[in-house]
Amino acid sequence: MSEAKQAETTLPDDAPVDLEAELKSSNVQEVLDQLDRELIGLKPVKTRIREIAALLLVDRLRKKFALSSETPTLHMNFTGNPGTGKTTVASRMAEILHRLGYVREGHLVSVTRDDLVGQYIGHTAPKTKEVIKKAMGGVLFIDEAYYLYKPENERDYGAESIEILLQVMENNRDDLVVILAGYKDRMDKFFNSNPGMRSRIAHHVDFPDYSPDELLAIAKLMLAQQNYRFSAEGEKAFSEYIPLRMKMDHFANARSVRNALDRSRLRQANRLFATKGRNLTRNDLITIEAEDIMVSRVFDEADKK
Amino acid sequence: MMTNPGNRLTQGQFSFLPELTDAQISAQIKYALKNGWAVSVEYTDDPHPRNTYWEMFGMPMFDLKDPAGIMLEINNCRKTFPNHYIRVTAFNSSRGVESPTMSYLVNRPKREPGFGLSRQEVDGRSIRYTVHSYATDKPEGERY
Repeated sequence: MSEAKQAETTLPDDAPVDLEAELKSSNVQEVLDQLDRELIGLKPVKTRIREIAALLLVDRLRKKFALSSETPTLHMNFTGNPGTGKTTVASRMAEILHRLGYVREGHLVSVTRDDLVGQYIGHTAPKTKEVIKKAMGGVLFIDEAYYLYKPENERDYGAESIEILLQVMENNRDDLVVILAGYKDRMDKFFNSNPGMRSRIAHHVDFPDYSPDELLAIAKLMLAQQNYRFSAEGEKAFSEYIPLRMKMDHFANARSVRNALDRSRLRQANRLFATKGRNLTRNDLITIEAEDIMVSRVFDEADKK
Repeated sequence: MMTNPGNRLTQGQFSFLPELTDAQISAQIKYALKNGWAVSVEYTDDPHPRNTYWEMFGMPMFDLKDPAGIMLEINNCRKTFPNHYIRVTAFNSSRGVESPTMSYLVNRPKREPGFGLSRQEVDGRSIRYTVHSYATDKPEGERY
């Protein structure tokens, strides 16, 4: 843009601007509402996303007055237990940032250590660079980022990959947003051994575990998405199931709920096969009954104790 | 009369226009990416029009969404070979096409000596013509 044209588009100092209108034109409210509807719980995460959205909107208004400020760093770190929705939020993040005009394309490139680190000397740099180039204009999501750094093996190529990432996170801030994700304790260890990485990430968001009520709400949402529903007794049985499952080992929040639902669908199908005598209705096909849940091994093990 | 003052090489798209700016280059790349073509960066210091296969600067870039990654490679290439010809090629891999669909220069040497026309007299006073780049009299790497 030429200087003359730039001066033309700059508003005078006392011109009023409408934050509401700006919000509407960006359609970001729609995404935030969708986030509220489809993501149960996760209060701190939603607050942080709102804050970021507000900052970017205000930044856009400031641009109208030619108030330049440095592009905010939006690299993020998501920590939380398994199944707390880190990946889901990351993919939403790409869309939100796209609507706010922070990233140009708004696609999500999801990678793990395998995609970044090579197998022999000289293999890592091109591999990492290729992934970074693919992610440009969007969001690079590195799941279980702590695997990149293996302190017990000093000849590990992960460090090389981290070095390239750091460089890009600093120099190409306009081109891509990097989101790291992983379990809290291991991410902390990762950042302690890579202080450069910690300081380049502005937003550390912790994903809390879900409460039993939230998990039930999630279960209902998942079923609705697959055109199933609980019967009244089924819902009651599942709300008994959740606290029992939470006490057992390897509980992974929403992921465990999804697995439990998949198994109860299996049992429902089996049950429908067994009722040979009569014709099935649409209602039979979509309803998960209490017995589909009560046969779960979780109840047996709870009885034993 | 000089038909091409400055002896500018005219190969590929846009070569009769003033040099493309970086914004224009990235707009062209964006068009290629939108069509799903793989973009690559190539360089050479032999400007002969029949020199089809230029040196590849890195691999062709597949599955990119944004021109920023390719601009990065172009700038790397310009830094490494400031006095070479550099072109950007977009390859269309759809069945039946499978060939480059775009190709344009993004860098050229500061001084281009141009081509000479040499004539060879053969049987029956016939004449055979050939073009010869003055730059290629020197060995590779020392031409510009």
